[in-house]
Amino acid sequence: MGKNIFIFTGKNLVRMVLLVIAVSIAAFALMTASPVDPLQANVGQAALGSMSAEQKAKLEAYWGVNDPPVQRYLTWAKDFIRGDFGVSLQYRQPVADVIAVKLKNSLFLMVTAWILSGVIGFVLGITAGVFRGRWQDRLIKGYSVLISSTPAFWLALLLLMIFGVWMKVLPIGLSVPIGLESEGVTLLDRLRHAILPAVTLSITGVSNIALHTREKMIDILESDYVLFARARGESTWEIVRRHGLRNVLLPAITLQFASISEIFGGSVLVEQVFSYAGMGQAAVTAGLNSDMPLLMAITIVSALFVFGGNLIANILYGIVDPRIRRGGAVQ
Amino acid sequence: MRSEREKEITERAVLEIRGLQISFKQYEKGFRQTNLDVIRDLDVTVRPGEIVAIVGSSGSGKSLLAHAVLGILPYNASLGGEILYNGVVLTEKMLKKLRGEEIVLVPQSTAYLDPLMKTGPQIRKGKNDRKSREKLDRIFTEYELDLKVQELYPFELSGGMTRRIMNSTALMGNPKLVIADEPTPGLHISAAKRAMGHFRELADLGAGVLLITHDLELAIETADRIAVFYAGTTVEETDAKNFRSCETLGHPYSRALWRAMPQHGFEPIPGTQPYVKSMPKGCPFGPRCPYFTEKCTEKPEWKTSGTGRVRCVLSGRTGAETGSRCEIEWQQKER
Repeated sequence: MGKNIFIFTGKNLVRMVLLVIAVSIAAFALMTASPVDPLQANVGQAALGSMSAEQKAKLEAYWGVNDPPVQRYLTWAKDFIRGDFGVSLQYRQPVADVIAVKLKNSLFLMVTAWILSGVIGFVLGITAGVFRGRWQDRLIKGYSVLISSTPAFWLALLLLMIFGVWMKVLPIGLSVPIGLESEGVTLLDRLRHAILPAVTLSITGVSNIALHTREKMIDILESDYVLFARARGESTWEIVRRHGLRNVLLPAITLQFASISEIFGGSVLVEQVFSYAGMGQAAVTAGLNSDMPLLMAITIVSALFVFGGNLIANILYGIVDPRIRRGGAVQ
Repeated sequence: MRSEREKEITERAVLEIRGLQISFKQYEKGFRQTNLDVIRDLDVTVRPGEIVAIVGSSGSGKSLLAHAVLGILPYNASLGGEILYNGVVLTEKMLKKLRGEEIVLVPQSTAYLDPLMKTGPQIRKGKNDRKSREKLDRIFTEYELDLKVQELYPFELSGGMTRRIMNSTALMGNPKLVIADEPTPGLHISAAKRAMGHFRELADLGAGVLLITHDLELAIETADRIAVFYAGTTVEETDAKNFRSCETLGHPYSRALWRAMPQHGFEPIPGTQPYVKSMPKGCPFGPRCPYFTEKCTEKPEWKTSGTGRVRCVLSGRTGAETGSRCEIEWQQKER
């Protein structure tokens, strides 16, 4: 079994490397095909217009604008592997530093939303499944369907209006208070600014998880082994506790880790609405302003996140599910 | 008014089912709600110490009978008729106490075990006190199961172990009525008979055993009495030994079943069991019956026939008519 885990992890690492290569090539190809002008992105349109042809040629040679795309990709990839992600054309800082700062801001949002939506969605889903067809189920199902058909940005605007504009209890945007030096920003300030985007992300994440968990729970409660458990005199509560939770856990793990990609995607919109300086906003800025090094790095980090989530789910599956864990023991 | 005989049955029976009806609500073309009568008129009686087999072809709703007795029908099913346990109408409140304790179900396959729960804790229903642990150990020893099997998950069990574990679940309670739903699927008759030995032991201890099966041969070999079930209705209830020859059977369908057995000619009857939605009036077997008459379009009443009872308008005077046909079959086989 110990050996199996190594083979399993090794296989997945190879897969991850292949995925990153494929994603980076695709992203690079798309950006090369787009009308991005690295010079303009670097010095700005006005400055570019006032430059002489000689200066332009010098800069073009410096950025390698006229090199063939394959060569440019290889140059980028070589540096990327060495840990040099390049310099962001927009922030004028090393890409690694930009991502570190943005990721830290975003992680708080995403982890909160991930845990909250996971736990609340799981509990709601199980409740709805157990009380199938009763008012509890209708309420939870109604809420979930309503929320999943609501665009995240619209919900963000609604919450912003209620708590930021009308009630004035929470800040309307940004990740830190306006007009404060960064040394003066307290943890409480950061928390206060993160609440609304985190709540928005959580609310939208809940519905999906609740609906899926509900379906699974209903499947389990209609299974032959639950029927037999009832025939043996186990009460509904005992069945849910003894068989329901145990069996719904596996699909829940898959769901929970697969939802990482959705939360990542959702954060782009939500951060935009709240002008929250995180990864999502950095991705939008990088895209709109042709900041190729930053956009490439963000693309790859996101891919790693999503892949990592699925990988963890697969590994956990092997640990939790006895059919996989003890699979080798069957005669 | 009930006859003396019926009264006696009720008094002695651990389970008596009278005119059981099970129907399902179904939506047709989206909105129109219809009731599907899956079981229309089922009667069966089980006395302490005997094995009664309900024999019917697949899709005749046999398993639902087990679920009905245990009160675990799906939410969209409704129930009619009477189920008496020790002469008292079985209520949901009583069932709560009796399920898994006095009335036990022995299901057919591993699908009835939670795939993610070790067998030991599963059979003990999560109880981990010394008494239930010792009891389970004792049952396992009795069934010649290694105590280590308690630490295995259902997917790690062999077919034979699964069978014995299914049976062992029944013994965790104090069974007075055992309902075995196809307990020997896919087993060869000799292996199946061995498996049925456990049920005989339970019966010998005083429990009534209701065996639900499509395997007539197994029923004849192992049961005391057989109830023949056709298209949602019991058509005949008789001693198992009456199935040794065709003449002692009262209902044309029972006879058809008998003739369809490999050792009796393997002769199928034409037609198929009617679908729930297109049930004929009166006797459900009417359209396929060689002795069909006008009278068969009315619901036939139970008639005593030898040591059993039969639901056929012809019964009582069929001996000469249909008996001769059995005779011919026999002679052909002898030659």
